[in-house]
Amino acid sequence: MAFVNMKSKEVQAKIVFYGPGRGGKTTNLEYIYGKFRERIKSEMVSIKTHGDRTLFFDFLPFDIGKIMGYDVKVQLYTVPGQVKYDATRKLVLKGVDGVVFVADSQVEQRKKNVQALKNLQDNLATYKKSIFKVPLVLQYNKRDLKDVPILPMEVMEKDLNSQLKVPSFGASAVTGHNVVPTLKKIISATMASMQNVLK
Amino acid sequence: MGSNYDDYSFSEIVLGQEQLDSIETILTDELVESGVHSVLLIDLAGNIIAHRDNGNCDHDVYSLSALASANFAAVDTMAKIVGEEEFSLLFHKGENESIHFSKVNDEFLLIAVFGKKVTLGLLRLKVAEAIEKINTIIQQ
Ligand SMILES: Nc1nc2c(ncn2[C@@H]2O[C@H](COP(=O)(O)OP(=O)(O)OP(=O)(O)O)[C@@H](O)[C@H]2O)c(=O)[nH]1
Ligand SMILES: [Mg+2]
Repeated sequence: MAFVNMKSKEVQAKIVFYGPGRGGKTTNLEYIYGKFRERIKSEMVSIKTHGDRTLFFDFLPFDIGKIMGYDVKVQLYTVPGQVKYDATRKLVLKGVDGVVFVADSQVEQRKKNVQALKNLQDNLATYKKSIFKVPLVLQYNKRDLKDVPILPMEVMEKDLNSQLKVPSFGASAVTGHNVVPTLKKIISATMASMQNVLK
Repeated sequence: MGSNYDDYSFSEIVLGQEQLDSIETILTDELVESGVHSVLLIDLAGNIIAHRDNGNCDHDVYSLSALASANFAAVDTMAKIVGEEEFSLLFHKGENESIHFSKVNDEFLLIAVFGKKVTLGLLRLKVAEAIEKINTIIQQ
Protein backbone atom coordinates (compact mmCIF):
# COMPACT_ATOMS: atom_id res chain seq x y z
CA MET A 1 0.00 0.00 0.00
CA ALA A 2 1.18 3.46 -0.69
CA PHE A 3 2.64 5.60 2.00
CA VAL A 4 1.75 9.26 2.14
CA ASN A 5 4.02 11.46 4.21
CA MET A 6 2.01 14.56 5.01
CA LYS A 7 5.04 16.15 6.59
CA SER A 8 7.46 16.05 3.68
CA LYS A 9 4.58 15.93 1.17
CA GLU A 10 5.97 12.73 -0.25
CA VAL A 11 4.17 9.71 -1.67
CA GLN A 12 5.76 6.29 -2.06
CA ALA A 13 3.95 3.78 -4.22
CA LYS A 14 4.88 0.22 -5.16
CA ILE A 15 4.55 -0.91 -8.77
CA VAL A 16 5.21 -4.56 -9.58
CA PHE A 17 6.10 -6.03 -12.98
CA TYR A 18 4.48 -9.46 -13.08
CA GLY A 19 4.36 -12.17 -15.75
CA PRO A 20 5.69 -15.48 -17.03
CA GLY A 21 9.36 -16.47 -16.70
CA ARG A 22 11.65 -14.93 -19.34
CA GLY A 23 8.86 -12.61 -20.47
CA GLY A 24 11.07 -9.52 -20.13
CA LYS A 25 10.21 -8.01 -16.73
CA THR A 26 13.82 -7.49 -15.70
CA THR A 27 14.63 -6.14 -19.18
CA ASN A 28 11.88 -3.52 -18.74
CA LEU A 29 13.49 -2.29 -15.52
CA GLU A 30 16.95 -2.33 -17.07
CA TYR A 31 15.70 -0.18 -19.92
CA ILE A 32 14.07 2.27 -17.52
CA TYR A 33 17.24 2.38 -15.44
CA GLY A 34 19.38 3.13 -18.49
CA LYS A 35 16.99 5.70 -19.85
CA PHE A 36 16.52 7.68 -16.63
CA ARG A 37 19.97 7.13 -15.19
CA GLU A 38 20.46 10.76 -14.18
CA ARG A 39 17.17 10.83 -12.25
CA ILE A 40 17.70 7.55 -10.43
CA LYS A 41 20.08 8.12 -7.60
CA SER A 42 20.59 4.57 -6.39
CA GLU A 43 21.71 1.36 -8.06
CA MET A 44 19.21 -1.13 -9.39
CA VAL A 45 19.08 -4.03 -6.95
CA SER A 46 18.74 -7.51 -8.47
CA ILE A 47 18.51 -10.69 -6.47
CA LYS A 48 19.11 -13.26 -9.18
CA THR A 49 20.58 -16.65 -9.99
CA HIS A 50 23.90 -17.15 -11.76
CA GLY A 51 21.92 -17.65 -14.95
CA ASP A 52 20.44 -14.13 -14.63
CA ARG A 53 16.97 -15.36 -13.75
CA THR A 54 15.23 -13.34 -11.07
CA LEU A 55 15.36 -15.24 -7.79
CA PHE A 56 13.53 -12.82 -5.51
CA PHE A 57 13.06 -9.44 -7.17
CA ASP A 58 14.62 -6.50 -8.98
CA PHE A 59 14.17 -3.13 -7.33
CA LEU A 60 14.43 0.35 -8.77
CA PRO A 61 13.36 3.49 -6.87
CA PHE A 62 12.24 6.20 -9.26
CA ASP A 63 11.60 9.80 -8.34
CA ILE A 64 8.97 11.06 -10.75
CA GLY A 65 8.64 14.58 -9.45
CA LYS A 66 5.62 16.53 -8.31
CA ILE A 67 2.05 15.36 -8.82
CA MET A 68 -0.77 17.32 -7.19
CA GLY A 69 1.74 19.01 -4.94
CA TYR A 70 3.30 15.77 -3.72
CA ASP A 71 6.81 14.56 -4.40
CA VAL A 72 6.08 11.12 -5.87
CA LYS A 73 8.50 8.22 -5.57
CA VAL A 74 7.58 4.97 -7.24
CA GLN A 75 9.33 1.79 -6.21
CA LEU A 76 9.51 -0.51 -9.22
CA TYR A 77 9.78 -4.23 -8.53
CA THR A 78 9.82 -7.35 -10.68
CA VAL A 79 8.79 -10.77 -9.48
CA PRO A 80 10.52 -14.02 -10.41
CA GLY A 81 8.39 -15.46 -13.20
CA GLN A 82 9.41 -19.08 -12.90
CA VAL A 83 6.55 -21.22 -11.61
CA LYS A 84 8.65 -22.73 -8.82
CA TYR A 85 9.23 -19.36 -7.17
CA ASP A 86 5.62 -18.76 -6.23
CA ALA A 87 6.32 -18.25 -2.52
CA THR A 88 8.74 -15.39 -3.12
CA ARG A 89 6.59 -14.01 -5.95
CA LYS A 90 3.74 -13.68 -3.51
CA LEU A 91 5.92 -11.79 -1.02
CA VAL A 92 6.91 -9.18 -3.59
CA LEU A 93 3.24 -8.51 -4.27
CA LYS A 94 2.66 -7.46 -0.69
CA GLY A 95 1.42 -3.88 -0.50
CA VAL A 96 1.31 -3.47 -4.27
CA ASP A 97 -0.30 -0.29 -5.62
CA GLY A 98 -0.11 -0.99 -9.35
CA VAL A 99 0.78 -3.91 -11.62
CA VAL A 100 2.30 -4.15 -15.09
CA PHE A 101 1.67 -7.60 -16.52
CA VAL A 102 4.42 -8.38 -19.03
CA ALA A 103 3.23 -11.07 -21.44
CA ASP A 104 5.50 -12.85 -23.91
CA SER A 105 4.32 -12.47 -27.51
CA GLN A 106 5.88 -15.73 -28.68
CA VAL A 107 3.32 -18.24 -29.93
CA GLU A 108 5.08 -20.85 -27.84
CA GLN A 109 4.38 -18.92 -24.63
CA ARG A 110 0.66 -18.49 -25.16
CA LYS A 111 -0.41 -20.86 -22.39
CA LYS A 112 2.19 -19.54 -19.96
CA ASN A 113 0.83 -16.02 -20.25
CA VAL A 114 -2.65 -17.16 -19.33
CA GLN A 115 -1.34 -19.24 -16.43
CA ALA A 116 0.74 -16.35 -15.11
CA LEU A 117 -2.24 -13.99 -15.25
CA LYS A 118 -4.32 -16.52 -13.32
CA ASN A 119 -1.47 -16.78 -10.83
CA LEU A 120 -1.53 -12.99 -10.43
CA GLN A 121 -5.24 -13.12 -9.73
CA ASP A 122 -4.76 -15.88 -7.14
CA ASN A 123 -1.85 -14.19 -5.40
CA LEU A 124 -3.63 -10.83 -5.26
CA ALA A 125 -6.57 -12.67 -3.73
CA THR A 126 -4.38 -13.87 -0.86
CA TYR A 127 -3.99 -10.18 0.02
CA LYS A 128 -7.73 -9.64 -0.47
CA LYS A 129 -7.16 -7.65 -3.62
CA SER A 130 -9.09 -8.14 -6.82
CA ILE A 131 -7.34 -8.20 -10.18
CA PHE A 132 -10.34 -6.25 -11.46
CA LYS A 133 -9.71 -3.38 -9.09
CA VAL A 134 -5.96 -3.08 -8.77
CA PRO A 135 -4.47 -0.53 -11.23
CA LEU A 136 -3.23 -2.77 -14.04
CA VAL A 137 -1.60 -2.35 -17.45
CA LEU A 138 -0.84 -5.17 -19.88
CA GLN A 139 2.30 -5.19 -21.97
CA TYR A 140 2.64 -7.58 -24.92
CA ASN A 141 6.40 -7.76 -25.03
CA LYS A 142 8.92 -8.95 -27.64
CA ARG A 143 7.03 -7.48 -30.61
CA ASP A 144 10.47 -7.05 -32.24
CA LEU A 145 11.02 -10.80 -32.69
CA LYS A 146 11.53 -11.78 -36.32
CA ASP A 147 12.88 -15.35 -36.21
CA VAL A 148 10.15 -16.98 -34.19
CA PRO A 149 6.38 -16.76 -34.66
CA ILE A 150 4.58 -14.22 -32.47
CA LEU A 151 0.91 -13.96 -31.60
CA PRO A 152 -1.19 -11.29 -33.29
CA MET A 153 -2.09 -8.48 -30.89
CA GLU A 154 -5.80 -9.31 -31.24
CA VAL A 155 -5.18 -12.85 -30.04
CA MET A 156 -3.31 -11.59 -27.00
CA GLU A 157 -6.08 -9.11 -26.26
CA LYS A 158 -8.63 -11.90 -26.47
CA ASP A 159 -6.58 -14.28 -24.31
CA LEU A 160 -5.65 -11.81 -21.59
CA ASN A 161 -7.73 -8.67 -21.75
CA SER A 162 -11.24 -9.67 -22.81
CA GLN A 163 -12.55 -9.46 -19.25
CA LEU A 164 -10.06 -7.10 -17.64
CA LYS A 165 -10.36 -4.39 -20.29
CA VAL A 166 -7.34 -2.48 -19.04
CA PRO A 167 -4.86 -0.40 -21.07
CA SER A 168 -2.45 -2.55 -23.11
CA PHE A 169 0.68 -1.94 -25.18
CA GLY A 170 2.62 -3.92 -27.73
CA ALA A 171 6.23 -3.36 -26.73
CA SER A 172 9.84 -4.41 -26.89
CA ALA A 173 11.82 -4.17 -23.70
CA VAL A 174 15.01 -4.79 -25.67
CA THR A 175 14.58 -1.89 -28.10
CA GLY A 176 12.65 0.16 -25.54
CA HIS A 177 9.59 0.50 -27.76
CA ASN A 178 6.57 1.42 -25.59
CA VAL A 179 8.43 0.73 -22.33
CA VAL A 180 8.11 4.33 -21.13
CA PRO A 181 4.45 4.65 -22.24
CA THR A 182 3.69 1.47 -20.28
CA LEU A 183 5.36 2.97 -17.23
CA LYS A 184 3.60 6.31 -17.60
CA LYS A 185 0.25 4.57 -17.91
CA ILE A 186 0.65 2.51 -14.76
CA ILE A 187 1.91 5.51 -12.80
CA SER A 188 -1.08 7.63 -13.81
CA ALA A 189 -3.51 4.78 -13.09
CA THR A 190 -1.90 4.25 -9.69
CA MET A 191 -1.98 7.93 -8.80
CA ALA A 192 -5.60 8.18 -9.96
CA SER A 193 -6.53 5.35 -7.60
CA MET A 194 -5.05 7.35 -4.72
CA GLN A 195 -6.76 10.63 -5.50
CA ASN A 196 -9.07 10.47 -2.55
CA VAL A 197 -6.06 10.62 -0.24
CA LEU A 198 -4.07 13.24 -2.11
CA LYS A 199 -6.58 16.01 -1.87
CA MET B 1 -12.48 -14.94 -13.82
CA GLY B 2 -14.99 -13.64 -11.32
CA SER B 3 -14.53 -11.13 -8.55
CA ASN B 4 -15.43 -11.89 -4.96
CA TYR B 5 -14.12 -8.68 -3.50
CA ASP B 6 -16.72 -6.04 -3.72
CA ASP B 7 -15.47 -4.03 -0.82
CA TYR B 8 -11.92 -3.77 -1.92
CA SER B 9 -10.40 -0.35 -1.67
CA PHE B 10 -6.93 1.00 -1.23
CA SER B 11 -5.59 1.12 2.26
CA GLU B 12 -3.03 3.85 2.15
CA ILE B 13 -1.20 4.58 5.32
CA VAL B 14 -1.48 8.22 6.15
CA LEU B 15 0.28 9.65 9.15
CA GLY B 16 -0.06 13.28 10.06
CA GLN B 17 2.75 15.72 10.55
CA GLU B 18 2.49 15.62 14.32
CA GLN B 19 2.60 11.83 14.41
CA LEU B 20 5.66 11.77 12.15
CA ASP B 21 7.37 14.46 14.22
CA SER B 22 6.80 12.42 17.37
CA ILE B 23 8.03 9.22 15.73
CA GLU B 24 11.17 10.92 14.51
CA THR B 25 11.81 12.31 17.97
CA ILE B 26 11.49 8.82 19.43
CA LEU B 27 13.88 7.36 16.87
CA THR B 28 16.44 10.05 17.66
CA ASP B 29 16.06 10.07 21.43
CA GLU B 30 15.79 6.35 22.02
CA LEU B 31 18.07 4.99 19.37
CA VAL B 32 20.40 7.46 17.66
CA GLU B 33 21.25 9.04 21.02
CA SER B 34 22.08 5.56 22.32
CA GLY B 35 24.67 5.08 19.61
CA VAL B 36 22.65 3.48 16.83
CA HIS B 37 24.06 4.63 13.49
CA SER B 38 20.87 4.66 11.48
CA VAL B 39 17.27 3.70 12.14
CA LEU B 40 14.36 3.21 9.76
CA LEU B 41 10.68 2.74 10.37
CA ILE B 42 9.34 0.99 7.25
CA ASP B 43 6.14 -0.72 6.23
CA LEU B 44 5.94 -4.32 5.07
CA ALA B 45 5.74 -3.19 1.45
CA GLY B 46 9.17 -1.60 1.82
CA ASN B 47 8.11 2.06 2.03
CA ILE B 48 10.03 4.32 4.38
CA ILE B 49 7.86 5.89 7.06
CA ALA B 50 10.61 7.63 9.00
CA HIS B 51 14.39 7.67 8.97
CA ARG B 52 16.96 9.11 11.35
CA ASP B 53 20.70 8.70 11.52
CA ASN B 54 23.74 10.08 13.27
CA GLY B 55 24.79 12.20 10.29
CA ASN B 56 27.69 9.95 9.31
CA CYS B 57 25.77 7.36 7.33
CA ASP B 58 25.50 7.35 3.58
CA HIS B 59 23.35 4.28 3.10
CA ASP B 60 21.01 3.84 0.17
CA VAL B 61 17.98 3.74 2.45
CA TYR B 62 15.44 2.99 -0.30
CA SER B 63 17.25 -0.17 -1.32
CA LEU B 64 17.90 -1.02 2.31
CA SER B 65 14.21 -0.84 3.18
CA ALA B 66 13.12 -2.82 0.08
CA LEU B 67 15.58 -5.57 1.00
CA ALA B 68 14.78 -5.45 4.70
CA SER B 69 11.05 -5.85 4.15
CA ALA B 70 11.64 -8.70 1.69
CA ASN B 71 14.10 -10.37 4.04
CA PHE B 72 11.69 -10.06 6.92
CA ALA B 73 8.87 -11.50 4.83
CA ALA B 74 11.03 -14.40 3.67
CA VAL B 75 12.11 -15.29 7.21
CA ASP B 76 8.54 -14.97 8.42
CA THR B 77 7.37 -17.37 5.72
CA MET B 78 10.13 -19.83 6.67
CA ALA B 79 8.93 -19.70 10.27
CA LYS B 80 5.41 -20.62 9.18
CA ILE B 81 6.74 -23.51 7.07
CA VAL B 82 8.46 -25.08 10.08
CA GLY B 83 5.40 -24.46 12.25
CA GLU B 84 6.48 -21.36 14.17
CA GLU B 85 4.33 -18.27 14.52
CA GLU B 86 7.43 -16.12 14.06
CA PHE B 87 11.16 -16.03 14.75
CA SER B 88 11.59 -13.46 17.44
CA LEU B 89 15.21 -12.43 16.93
CA LEU B 90 16.20 -11.15 13.53
CA PHE B 91 19.72 -9.97 13.59
CA HIS B 92 22.61 -9.89 11.13
CA LYS B 93 26.03 -9.40 12.63
CA GLY B 94 28.92 -7.92 10.70
CA GLU B 95 32.47 -7.06 11.65
CA ASN B 96 31.71 -3.36 11.98
CA GLU B 97 28.03 -2.90 11.27
CA SER B 98 25.09 -5.02 12.32
CA ILE B 99 21.41 -4.88 11.47
CA HIS B 100 18.52 -5.59 13.82
CA PHE B 101 14.91 -6.07 12.66
CA SER B 102 11.82 -5.91 14.82
CA LYS B 103 8.16 -5.99 14.14
CA VAL B 104 6.35 -2.90 15.41
CA ASN B 105 2.82 -4.03 14.55
CA ASP B 106 1.11 -5.79 11.65
CA GLU B 107 2.22 -3.09 9.24
CA PHE B 108 5.53 -1.70 10.39
CA LEU B 109 9.11 -2.83 10.98
CA LEU B 110 11.91 -1.09 12.78
CA ILE B 111 15.37 -1.52 11.26
CA ALA B 112 18.40 -0.45 13.30
CA VAL B 113 21.93 -0.31 11.92
CA PHE B 114 24.52 -0.20 14.70
CA GLY B 115 28.20 -0.68 15.36
CA LYS B 116 30.43 -2.30 17.95
CA LYS B 117 29.83 0.30 20.65
CA VAL B 118 26.24 -0.78 21.20
CA THR B 119 25.62 -4.21 22.73
CA LEU B 120 22.81 -6.35 21.44
CA GLY B 121 21.24 -6.34 24.90
CA LEU B 122 21.10 -2.56 25.11
CA LEU B 123 19.88 -2.33 21.56
CA ARG B 124 17.02 -4.74 22.18
CA LEU B 125 16.00 -2.83 25.26
CA LYS B 126 16.01 0.51 23.44
CA VAL B 127 14.21 -0.93 20.45
CA ALA B 128 11.51 -2.39 22.68
CA GLU B 129 11.01 0.98 24.37
CA ALA B 130 10.86 2.80 21.05
CA ILE B 131 8.34 0.33 19.65
CA GLU B 132 6.06 0.76 22.60
CA LYS B 133 6.10 4.53 22.20
CA ILE B 134 5.64 4.37 18.44
CA ASN B 135 2.63 2.10 18.85
CA THR B 136 1.03 4.56 21.21
CA ILE B 137 1.42 7.31 18.62
CA ILE B 138 0.19 5.27 15.68
CA GLN B 139 -2.94 4.23 17.54
CA GLN B 140 -3.93 7.83 18.14
N1 LIG C 1 13.68 -10.12 -28.63
C1 LIG C 1 13.37 -9.73 -27.41
N2 LIG C 1 13.90 -10.34 -26.34
C2 LIG C 1 13.56 -9.91 -25.12
C3 LIG C 1 12.66 -8.83 -24.92
N3 LIG C 1 12.52 -8.61 -23.59
C4 LIG C 1 13.31 -9.53 -22.98
N4 LIG C 1 13.94 -10.31 -23.90
C5 LIG C 1 14.89 -11.39 -23.63
O1 LIG C 1 14.20 -12.43 -22.93
C6 LIG C 1 15.06 -13.01 -21.95
C7 LIG C 1 14.43 -12.95 -20.59
O2 LIG C 1 14.29 -11.58 -20.19
P1 LIG C 1 14.17 -11.16 -18.66
O3 LIG C 1 13.96 -9.70 -18.65
O4 LIG C 1 15.31 -11.69 -17.88
O5 LIG C 1 12.85 -11.94 -18.27
P2 LIG C 1 12.11 -11.97 -16.85
O6 LIG C 1 10.67 -11.79 -17.14
O7 LIG C 1 12.74 -11.04 -15.91
O8 LIG C 1 12.38 -13.50 -16.42
P3 LIG C 1 12.38 -14.13 -14.92
O9 LIG C 1 13.29 -13.29 -14.09
O10 LIG C 1 12.84 -15.52 -15.03
O11 LIG C 1 10.97 -14.07 -14.47
C8 LIG C 1 16.38 -12.25 -22.03
O12 LIG C 1 17.27 -13.00 -22.83
C9 LIG C 1 16.00 -10.96 -22.69
O13 LIG C 1 17.06 -10.39 -23.43
C10 LIG C 1 12.10 -8.20 -26.09
O14 LIG C 1 11.33 -7.24 -26.01
N5 LIG C 1 12.48 -8.69 -27.29
MG1 LIG D 1 13.60 -11.27 -14.11
